[in-house]
Amino acid sequence: MYADWPLLSLVIWTPIVGGVLVLVVGDRKPAAARIIALLSSIITFLLTLPLYSQFNIDTHLMQFVERHDWIPAFKIEYFIGIDGISMPLILLTSFTTVVVIISAWEIIQYRVAQYMAAFLIMEGFMIGTFSSLNAILFYIFFESMLIPMFLVIGIWGGENRIYATLKFFLYTFIGSVLMLVALIYMYHKSGSFSILDFHLLPLSLTEQILIFLAFLVAFAVKVPMWPVHTWLPDAHVEAPTGGSVILAAIMLKMGGYGFIRFSLPITPDASAELDWLIIFMSLTAVVYIGFVALVQRDMKKLIAYSSIAHMGFVTLGFFIVFRIMAGDGGSQGSVLALEGGMVQMISHGFISGAMFLCVGVLYDRMHSRQIADYGGVVNTMPVFAAFMVFFAMANAGLPGTSGFVGEFMVILASFKASFWIAFLAATTLILGAAYTLWMIKRVIFGEVANDNVKALTDINKREFLFLSILAIAVLVLGLWPDPLVRVMHPTIENLLNHITISKI
Amino acid sequence: MAEFTQPNLLPALPEIVMLAMICLVLIVDLFLSQEKRWISLLLSVLTLVLTAVAVIAVAPVDSVSTFGGSFILDQLAVTLKIAVCVVVILVFIYSRDYLVDHEIYKGEYYVLGLCATLGMMIMISAHSLLLIYLGLELLSLSLYAMIAFNRNSKSASESAMKYFVLGAMASGILLYGISIFYGITGTLNINQLAEVVSLKIEQYPVPMAFALTFIVVGLAFKLGAVPFHMWLPDVYQGAPTSVTLLIGTAPKIAGFAMAMRLLVDGLGDLQVDWSQMLMALSVLSLAIGNVIAIAQTNFKRMLAYSTISHVGFILLGILSGTANGYASAMFYTITYAITSSVAFGVLLLLNRKGSEAENIADLTGLNDSHPWHAAMLAIAMFSMAGVPPTVGFYAKLSVLQSVVQIELVWLAVFAVLFSVIGLFYYLRVIKVMYFDKPIPDQIITIKQALDVKILLSANGLTLLGLGIFPSALMGYCILAFS
Repeated sequence: MYADWPLLSLVIWTPIVGGVLVLVVGDRKPAAARIIALLSSIITFLLTLPLYSQFNIDTHLMQFVERHDWIPAFKIEYFIGIDGISMPLILLTSFTTVVVIISAWEIIQYRVAQYMAAFLIMEGFMIGTFSSLNAILFYIFFESMLIPMFLVIGIWGGENRIYATLKFFLYTFIGSVLMLVALIYMYHKSGSFSILDFHLLPLSLTEQILIFLAFLVAFAVKVPMWPVHTWLPDAHVEAPTGGSVILAAIMLKMGGYGFIRFSLPITPDASAELDWLIIFMSLTAVVYIGFVALVQRDMKKLIAYSSIAHMGFVTLGFFIVFRIMAGDGGSQGSVLALEGGMVQMISHGFISGAMFLCVGVLYDRMHSRQIADYGGVVNTMPVFAAFMVFFAMANAGLPGTSGFVGEFMVILASFKASFWIAFLAATTLILGAAYTLWMIKRVIFGEVANDNVKALTDINKREFLFLSILAIAVLVLGLWPDPLVRVMHPTIENLLNHITISKI
Repeated sequence: MAEFTQPNLLPALPEIVMLAMICLVLIVDLFLSQEKRWISLLLSVLTLVLTAVAVIAVAPVDSVSTFGGSFILDQLAVTLKIAVCVVVILVFIYSRDYLVDHEIYKGEYYVLGLCATLGMMIMISAHSLLLIYLGLELLSLSLYAMIAFNRNSKSASESAMKYFVLGAMASGILLYGISIFYGITGTLNINQLAEVVSLKIEQYPVPMAFALTFIVVGLAFKLGAVPFHMWLPDVYQGAPTSVTLLIGTAPKIAGFAMAMRLLVDGLGDLQVDWSQMLMALSVLSLAIGNVIAIAQTNFKRMLAYSTISHVGFILLGILSGTANGYASAMFYTITYAITSSVAFGVLLLLNRKGSEAENIADLTGLNDSHPWHAAMLAIAMFSMAGVPPTVGFYAKLSVLQSVVQIELVWLAVFAVLFSVIGLFYYLRVIKVMYFDKPIPDQIITIKQALDVKILLSANGLTLLGLGIFPSALMGYCILAFS
């Protein structure tokens, strides 16, 4: 029955239409706006479920494909489809948006409709980005989603929000315009804007390196990788809770997705040539940013830095494959590395989202993000403390949680490439535990620090709802990652075969 | 001498209709009391509608020329003329309240505006060096008068003076270039000029390059490309905003047509030479326009520098020397005119009696008082910055694509990097509207005339609509050069 529906289009456009509807209802009727927003996000989530259940795991080919002429003058098509890489990310997006809408329910009082609409429209754009198979369509979604995020941080953000949001927009924009030139160049070479055609386009090494660098700037800013990460802590600190959650859970994944959809298959030789650069940047993120996280006094900033460190694993997993194949690791290790990176992306989506929500819960009560203002929260908020400690453990990579799976896979794969790379990557197990647990110790445990903490009330039903949904997700993915790994396996193997063949 | 033959007047029907209507407006306006001034506006809008209808009615399948080949009506002319008429209709309706508030609600405004439009129409269809010049002067003279229209404003008189002196000089330079070409080729007709130039290019390379330089300088001045841009910010700022709206939109379309007729139709054989000149102009315009705009606090002045940078983009499309590039530049020009009419349109609405709202700070907190207008201006700003899904993105994409096609990748990279710098000042406008809290004792009130609101909304949403479905307009642009 589903087979005839343009399911993917529905998933993209339902939230956008819902968002416009919310805008039309307007700020004067906040209750209606909230309900329409929640319904649209839930309908979107339900619509994404068939993408998983109907997904054919025996093929690496694109599924749910829709292809229509759009701008024939430049052969730009409305061409969408998903494979094992993009499908999990789409599910993550629709899931996270529901959580964000619930989390904002009564917290946001200023211009409710605009807030809800921004997240819904952003959801549509993000799903569009993950499912576009035409480069210009991808670029349009990729850039469009900056607009709602720019407004979210700028309107509902903290004190220094304007600096943060301008920095966020300009950083990401400068990265992507260079990518646009690269895309146009490849259109000039291949006569098509289809990403699948780009995959097959032969390019000389010089061309590949230039294109690779253009992609690198675009995606490294998005991930973000050291040294272009500095916009992230600012943006996170100033963004409202929902903004932080979407930023950490989904937007950072655009970078990782870009590497695996564009950089690796389009410029395999340049990727092999320059993999040392990415590995170096990733390890710096893991080790150096880990230390930076340790000294943060602001909880959101700490989690932001920990996000950068965790995303280092994603890029490490994607680009270590060339070293593994050069050694005698064989394809087994390479598959492990790529899948580890993917699992890490999904898992980080859940965990960082949950961490930001936890900080949001505290911030809504105390209006402070400073670690020093807290202490002994467990005494007044025992249920909340349980959740936060659980998510912190997951963030530190405790076995049994999803945080462990991805990191472990990448570290294991790295051993097949080089002991030292694996060694440096593994320091995250110590550093991650150190900065997360130290923060927990100072915020949650100990004596009640001051009267404000004493006056705290434990989480209400709404907060319990979204935290428990996330906790279940983290636990399930940690104990039983197979459903996730299984859907991506054929795609990853095909990708690996593809990048071993030189394009020169 | 051949006998006098009756020329085919049909292709010039739109211009004839317009001229007749201008006379009518001029006379009818004399008998109107101030309360009934709206009849002049109505007649003027009717004039433009009738002209546009006439354009469509006489639109040829291919192209026809008349008046001994000095007047041409082709696909390019049809599309551009309709665009000009539509944009001028927007200008007239948006500016009504402003004119009333500033006590310059007079019929002459519309008569002069229509004369300027007639000048643009003639520029678009002119296929003789002399006719191009005539159209240009009709446009310019009307604009000089319109800028000085508010007699009580010193800054308006100053900028009218400045525009007049510099404009006259530029016209002189252009005329000088034209006269040298006439001397070399012995013809004013563009078609014959093209033939003779291709024959004599070996014989007179230096005089031709010399004359070409003058023509390009004249063009650059009229378009406002660096280093011939100095008049633009002052005129934009000094002129009444309703006139700035006119200067900032429709004449760009006519200027593009002039560049096409002169450089492409007439001097296509010198393409190597003028491409390089345009490249220098374009690089400078992109750099200086974008960088200096950052420092502006006056919204009109900022838009002036932004115009300069957009001219840089238009020149990029022209310099590629391919049909594809011309079509992109044409698309860019038309969409730019539509976009800036939204920006100036919102600014016009913000004006109050006796004071000009023209600083960026005047937009503070617009989202709180008028979310719909803020949204329209935000769309215009994102479109100028080239952020998808607005039409500005597609315009930039098509121009960049034509530049990459002639293997000038560095130029494309240069252009996009400077458009990132440009993004900053567009974002600042949005920041002021959305993120800053309104100043308590300065509450923005907007006159909400229904017709203006509907038109402005349609205009703003067109930017989104064209951004999502640019094919139709792009199709017309490509058709014009096929």
